[in-house]
Amino acid sequence: MTQASARQTAPATAHEGQAHPIRLYLVCWGFLFVLSLASYMVDYAQLQGLLRWGLILLFMALKAGLIIAVFMHMAWERLALVYAILLPPLAAIVFMGIMIAESGYTLEARETHFSAPE
Amino acid sequence: MTDATASGHRHRPRPDGLEGLAADWASDQRAFKSASWGKAMMWIFLLSDTFVFAIFLISYMSARSSTEAEWPNASEVFSLHVGGADLPLALIAIMTFVLISSSGTMAMAVNCAYARDRRKTAALLYATAALGALFVGMQAFEWSKLIHEGVRPWGNPFGAEQFGAAFFMITGFHGTHVSFGVLFLLIVANKVRKGAFDSGRRTWLCREKGDYEAVEIMGLYWHFVDLVWVFIFAFFYLW
Repeated sequence: MTQASARQTAPATAHEGQAHPIRLYLVCWGFLFVLSLASYMVDYAQLQGLLRWGLILLFMALKAGLIIAVFMHMAWERLALVYAILLPPLAAIVFMGIMIAESGYTLEARETHFSAPE
Repeated sequence: MTDATASGHRHRPRPDGLEGLAADWASDQRAFKSASWGKAMMWIFLLSDTFVFAIFLISYMSARSSTEAEWPNASEVFSLHVGGADLPLALIAIMTFVLISSSGTMAMAVNCAYARDRRKTAALLYATAALGALFVGMQAFEWSKLIHEGVRPWGNPFGAEQFGAAFFMITGFHGTHVSFGVLFLLIVANKVRKGAFDSGRRTWLCREKGDYEAVEIMGLYWHFVDLVWVFIFAFFYLW
């Protein structure tokens, strides 16, 4: 488990707080810079379609993961906290799915009933 | 207090992984063993804030994908004229790098705080606040540029009318978070510089001499602000 391996590198979580080598933060920082540059390049290169969206979402997820896991120390917390914080936002993703269907319906209704006749 | 962490179970170590999850959430005990109350409550506040921003982004998505009008091209609307060239999203890219840099200095500040290095911690916190203020300044520049070009919450010259409302609401709410973050960073930085966490006096930020956890909790908020920007950058500016 990642929990077990993390525990070895950071034995003192209770009283000394999160003590990790400064190198870890610098490496994470570097990755965040590269990923930001990469997602900017996606727009600069004017990529379109599935490739554009795949890359944007991939870079976004990697950046978010790095910030939460390393900068916010979630990788070293116990699962009781990790699940309490990271599971509820899944409801927002479900809501997003519902609203994708809903806005598709609204668009269809607007096109059918409110568009100026061609 | 952190002492409640595992005091009742000194004779056997707490299990890890899923077994640990079940054990920690079992009744009649504190659920969060690795996090103090201050830290756990900040996480729960951030969770509620996650929902606020999620609702904003979802309503923006609904407005955008249900309108018949053409949505303004972010790449063109947010481009910057430098010299004779048009740089798409130039200002937004710089803002992104500034915010990530501030997250980096914040992480280093937390690290120095746990090493009880007062001077370095205060300096890094001031650097973080300065980068945050720079970000807000650039956002103010961007707002005034768009307002000057005629973007309003009820309409704009580029396309779908909902664009302005979504833009001002989402970036405005995020900018407010950054602004309050800068304020709190300055407060914590001043306390660190003056040695409030080394005095041994018990305050609402400090439980005992050398307790620098307040810096880490401040960091959680600041990294969250950076985290939200990651999603705004992807969904608002790159879509």
